[in-house]
Amino acid sequence: MLEFERVAGYLLPWEFAPSWVIFCLVAVGLYLRGMQRQRHQGQVVGYWRPFVFLLGVGAIYAVTQTHYDYLSQYMFFTHRAQHLVLHHAAPFLIALAAPLPVLAAGMPSRLRQLPGRTAAGRVMRPPYRLLQHPIIAPLLFVGLIYFWLIPEVHFDAMLSRKLYQIMNWSMLLDGLLFWWLVLDPRTPQQGGLGYGMRILALLVVIPPQILLGAYLTFSESVLFDVYAVCGRAWPIAPLTDQQLGGLITWIPASMMSVIGVLIVIRYILSEKGDVDGGETEHERRVPQP
Amino acid sequence: MAGLLSLGALLSGCSDPGWQTKDISGLMPPLEFQLTGESGERVDAQTFRGDATLLFFGFTHCHDVCPATMAHLDSIMGELDEEARDDLQVLFVSVDPARDDPETLREYTANFGPEFVGLTGSEEQLDALTRRYRVTYGYGEKDSEGHYMVSHPSAIFAFDRNGEAQLLIRQDDEREDVLSDLRRLLAQG
Repeated sequence: MLEFERVAGYLLPWEFAPSWVIFCLVAVGLYLRGMQRQRHQGQVVGYWRPFVFLLGVGAIYAVTQTHYDYLSQYMFFTHRAQHLVLHHAAPFLIALAAPLPVLAAGMPSRLRQLPGRTAAGRVMRPPYRLLQHPIIAPLLFVGLIYFWLIPEVHFDAMLSRKLYQIMNWSMLLDGLLFWWLVLDPRTPQQGGLGYGMRILALLVVIPPQILLGAYLTFSESVLFDVYAVCGRAWPIAPLTDQQLGGLITWIPASMMSVIGVLIVIRYILSEKGDVDGGETEHERRVPQP
Repeated sequence: MAGLLSLGALLSGCSDPGWQTKDISGLMPPLEFQLTGESGERVDAQTFRGDATLLFFGFTHCHDVCPATMAHLDSIMGELDEEARDDLQVLFVSVDPARDDPETLREYTANFGPEFVGLTGSEEQLDALTRRYRVTYGYGEKDSEGHYMVSHPSAIFAFDRNGEAQLLIRQDDEREDVLSDLRRLLAQG
């Protein structure tokens, strides 16, 4: 019984933040509902897209609303791993699942017919276009990683609960924007970004991340004193903590770009296949904006 | 981008230019706790109202951070007027209650000035206090002789006479800065 309580304790949030719970519940709820409706309409719903989508949302929940969040607050390398999930892995999976048509199908019809919906769309469009500009998006992607790692900014973000939440949300939202831009299942003709630009965007974000990761890994002094000031989750040499964090910022983060490029290449190839005759699975499922 | 800039302004704009060390007023709640004193008596934060208070976490088997911080504080306080010194107290909270009983704490704080008070508590009490100030502690593996390391915050939290959180003093803050902030804290009514 004691063991059960201990395990349950790890699954409960360290600091309950309704925004994350609502986000995850709404995402999963809409998705499952959308899938069910699509099935009713006789559409074939595969397995891997739902799996990938739910995995992405589940990962976001796990790093923000379980005891893992405690580790992310009191250790540098676990914090870097949290951001790897929020900014890279989870948004990557969600974008890869191309969930928009399913989410739209899951929307309550009252919401879909809400007056002012088109007006809101018109207002949101220019800032969205700006953020998704092929030069701005990679800049923002790398800029945010650097910004939150400015030692003074990092100190305040870890100390203040409010800033901590702002930091994590900014990472997730930017991650969703970036990976959606480069993994968008729409072809360039359908309004997606050109494949060359996607590959370029994926490649230009690699060197700055390598540079930052290597800097953290090889730095001989402790750059972020907040973990000593506030205490670490367990005794670990501060430099070891920083080196591990540097490696996480460096290797898996840039690997994600490489995987992204491979997927874009697959898009290009499948489009070629389309031109040659056979319509591919990828093309058929394309959502309309 | 505009969002980032305004966020930057927010970050740099919120600290009081009068303080030399980190201003945490408004960021951290007033001093509250239930702990055990050096005679095994139960104490709470009310006991220490009326004087400016410094709060520091550690453990008596600590070899570097704790004794260094305690000695550093002791010597800085030596430069204060005697009257000011009487209005200041330093709470040393041990996060290692398994080894630090009240008697051990009493012997430890006796190495420093009379302003130093040793406190500890149960796991729940310590967790409540560390969590309140967004800090933590943890234990390493025991070696063959039963020794283990303890990770703990190195920050010193400063509270005014009403128990309101004022400052966070770091290890590498300049001596003059700490001294001038302590003087200012004590000059407040």
